[in-house]
Amino acid sequence: MRTILKRYRGFLIVLTGFVILYLVNHTLGEKAAQISVYSIKEMLLVLPPIFILLGLLDVWVPREIMIKYMGKGSGLKGIVLAFLIGSAAAGPLYGAFPVAAVLMKKGVKFSNVLIFIGAWSTTKIPMLLFEASALGMKFALTRLIVDIPGIILIAWILSKLISEKEVKQIYQNAESMAK
Amino acid sequence: MANLILYVLAFLLLGFSFWKDKKKTMLSLKKAWKSFENILPQLLMIMLLVGVLLAVLDAQVISQVVGADSGWFGVVLGAVVGAVVLIPGFIAFQTAGMLLEAGAGYMQIGAFVSTLMMVGVITIPVEIKYFGKKITVWRNVLAFFFSFLVAFIIGTVVG
Repeated sequence: MRTILKRYRGFLIVLTGFVILYLVNHTLGEKAAQISVYSIKEMLLVLPPIFILLGLLDVWVPREIMIKYMGKGSGLKGIVLAFLIGSAAAGPLYGAFPVAAVLMKKGVKFSNVLIFIGAWSTTKIPMLLFEASALGMKFALTRLIVDIPGIILIAWILSKLISEKEVKQIYQNAESMAK
Repeated sequence: MANLILYVLAFLLLGFSFWKDKKKTMLSLKKAWKSFENILPQLLMIMLLVGVLLAVLDAQVISQVVGADSGWFGVVLGAVVGAVVLIPGFIAFQTAGMLLEAGAGYMQIGAFVSTLMMVGVITIPVEIKYFGKKITVWRNVLAFFFSFLVAFIIGTVVG
């Protein structure tokens, strides 16, 4: 009970603020509540398959295979796979982090994990279709063409900014998160 | 639609896994639940913040800020708004489309859409939990500045 309270402390603080907002300004509070409830619903709708797949990946795909295809020395193959897995995803960026933890646990190279995160954030195929219909094909394609090298560049810079030791720490942390 | 495909895929694989090995399947579900429960407190908090933020920054407010003649100032504001808000799923593009119709410029919308997708100020607590402070901060900062390049190119090509 105590640990639950501690873990949900941030949520409870924001919830209190929410109630205060409602008391001060009914219209704004109501509008905010509507959007929050909608967002939570969306979250609960989108996340289950992602987590089921993550659990299956963790249990069924051996570490050796992941290392072979996406680990150190996987080269272009690893980069392309990182892009494909990230782009096939649906759902907001926060869904990508637990998947990234499993990838790290399976020995995927750090720069490939970062490419996966980048791809999940911007080159999701299902989202591109929505983007093209709302903003035009030219807009969507231009963004895609600029974003692909951008994702690789950002992943490369990030992996240069961080030391071996720090990467190791992140991997250890991921291991304990995805137990 | 994309979500439906993911559901079908997840359940097909789950069924296959169950047929192959019940124990392993139960273990995978346990892991799935644990991973989910792990970030649930932060996610719930974020959803409340999103509600307040979007209640204040609705489409009208945003379109006033990022009008076609708002220039680089509008680009910067569009990028900041995109970096801070978290708009669920497909609504993001509808909103961006609405903003265009309401008179926002392509360059400004390019910045807004790009940071909306790449930068997540509000989800930083979750990201830190997985990647640590250094990578999280740098990733968001780099993605933020990269979005200006995206905006510039979109403004030139599409606008």
